[in-house]
Amino acid sequence: MPGNHPSGDKRFKLLDAAMKKHQFRADALLEVLHTAQELFGFLQPDLLIYIARQLKLPPSRVYGVATFYHFFSFTPKGEHSCVVCLGTACYVKGAAALQNAVEKELDVKAGQTRSDGKASVSIARCVGACGLAPVAVFDGEVAGGLTAEAAVKRVKGWLEHGSG
Amino acid sequence: MPVKTLTIDGQLITSPAEQTVLDAARLHGIKIPTLCHLDGVSEVGACRLCLVEIAGSNKLAPSCLTAVAEGMAVTTNSPRLQEYRKMIVELLFAERNHVCSVCVANAHCELQDLATAVGMDHVRFEYQFPKLPVDVSHDQFGIDHNRCVMCTRCVRVCDEVEGAHTWDVAGRGHNARVITDLNQPWGDADTCTSCGKCVQACPTGALFRQGATVAEMEKDKQKLAYLVESRARRASK
Ligand code: SF4
Ligand code: SF4
Ligand code: FES
Ligand code: FES
Repeated sequence: MPGNHPSGDKRFKLLDAAMKKHQFRADALLEVLHTAQELFGFLQPDLLIYIARQLKLPPSRVYGVATFYHFFSFTPKGEHSCVVCLGTACYVKGAAALQNAVEKELDVKAGQTRSDGKASVSIARCVGACGLAPVAVFDGEVAGGLTAEAAVKRVKGWLEHGSG
Repeated sequence: MPVKTLTIDGQLITSPAEQTVLDAARLHGIKIPTLCHLDGVSEVGACRLCLVEIAGSNKLAPSCLTAVAEGMAVTTNSPRLQEYRKMIVELLFAERNHVCSVCVANAHCELQDLATAVGMDHVRFEYQFPKLPVDVSHDQFGIDHNRCVMCTRCVRVCDEVEGAHTWDVAGRGHNARVITDLNQPWGDADTCTSCGKCVQACPTGALFRQGATVAEMEKDKQKLAYLVESRARRASK
C-alpha cells in the first residue's frame, strides 16, 4: 500500500517506512505506535486514524491498544516533565504527597501539560526503583528518597529560568 | 461424533467432545449464572460468574471456557461458589451507578436478574459513585457508561457478527471504558452501520434505543444467536 499522507510532512514518510518494514501487518500495531510517538512526540487523533487506515485496523482497536499503555501520550509534552511514581512501594512511602506538591507548584494536574507548554506532570506505576521509594523522574533522571520539599525544589527552576 | 461422559452436580451426562461445561450443563437444565457469555460470539471469560469446581483441581474454572472431559466431576453450586458469585455481583453494583428505578432496562436487565439469582440483598462494598457521561449523539441509540459492566458483549457482537468493529475497550483497570472509533461521540463514528446489534447484546441498560420506554427495552438475545447460526448454515452450503 503506498503510504502518502497528504500533508507532505516528512515524518509521515518515516512512519510509512516503519509500517512498510512490517508489511502493514496488523500485529505490528504496537511497534508502529512506538515509532509514531518517537516521531511526533504524542499521538494526536489524525495520526491514529492514519495508522488505522494503513494497517487496515478499526480505529477503536488502535485507540484501545494505545490507551492501554501508560507509555503513550495523547497531548503534547511540556519542555520539562516530571513523572511521579505511584507504585505500591512509593505510594506507601508518601508518593501522593509528592504528587500534590508538584502539581501545586507547577499548577497542572497529573496527565496534563501547562498551557504555556513549560512542564507536564504524569504518574507511573512503579519505575523499577522501589528501593529508593518514593521516586520521581525529572526530565528522564530518576530521583529517590524524595520529600515534597525536595521535589518542589527540583521543578521550581523550570518555571523561573525560561527554557533552562 | 466423539462424546465424553461426565457428571455435573452428580448428574451423569454425555456430551459432544467440543462442548463447554456451560453448554453441557444448560442442555441438561442445570443453570450456571453468566454475564460476559453471549450465544453466538466468542468467549472472553471476563466476568467469572460461571466459575465451577472440578474434582481433583483446587483452582476454580470458568465453565464458559472449559471443555468437557471424560470422567470430569463438576460442581456448579457449592456454598463457596455461591458466596463468590454474590460478591462479584455486589462489586459490579458498587463500581458504577446502577439506579434501577430510573433505568430503561428495569425488569429486563441481566444484572438485576443476577442479583436476584445469587440472592444479593445488600452490597458490602463501598459504592464508587463515578461521574460518567451519557452519549446520545447517535440518532437512534445511546450509551450510559454509568450502567456499563464492561462485559464487552457489544465489542464482540459488533466485530464478529456485524463486522464493523465500532466498539473497543480503551484504558485499563478502573478507567477502562468501551469507546466508539477514536473515543469520539457515537454519532460521529463512521464505522457504525446503525444495525443495533450491540444494543440487543447489552445485558444492562447501558446501551439503549433512544425514545424507548421500559416495555420496549426488552432485548432479544436469541435473535443474535439465530443470525449467527443461519449465516454459518449458509456458509457451509
Ligand atoms: S449499531 Fe451495529 S455497527 Fe453500530 S456499534 Fe452497534 S453493533 Fe456496531
Ligand atoms: S455497553 Fe453493555 S454490552 Fe457493552 S460492555 Fe457495557 S454492559 Fe457490556
Ligand atoms: S513503586 Fe515506585 S519504583 Fe517501584
Ligand atoms: S460467563 Fe464465563 S466468565 Fe463470564
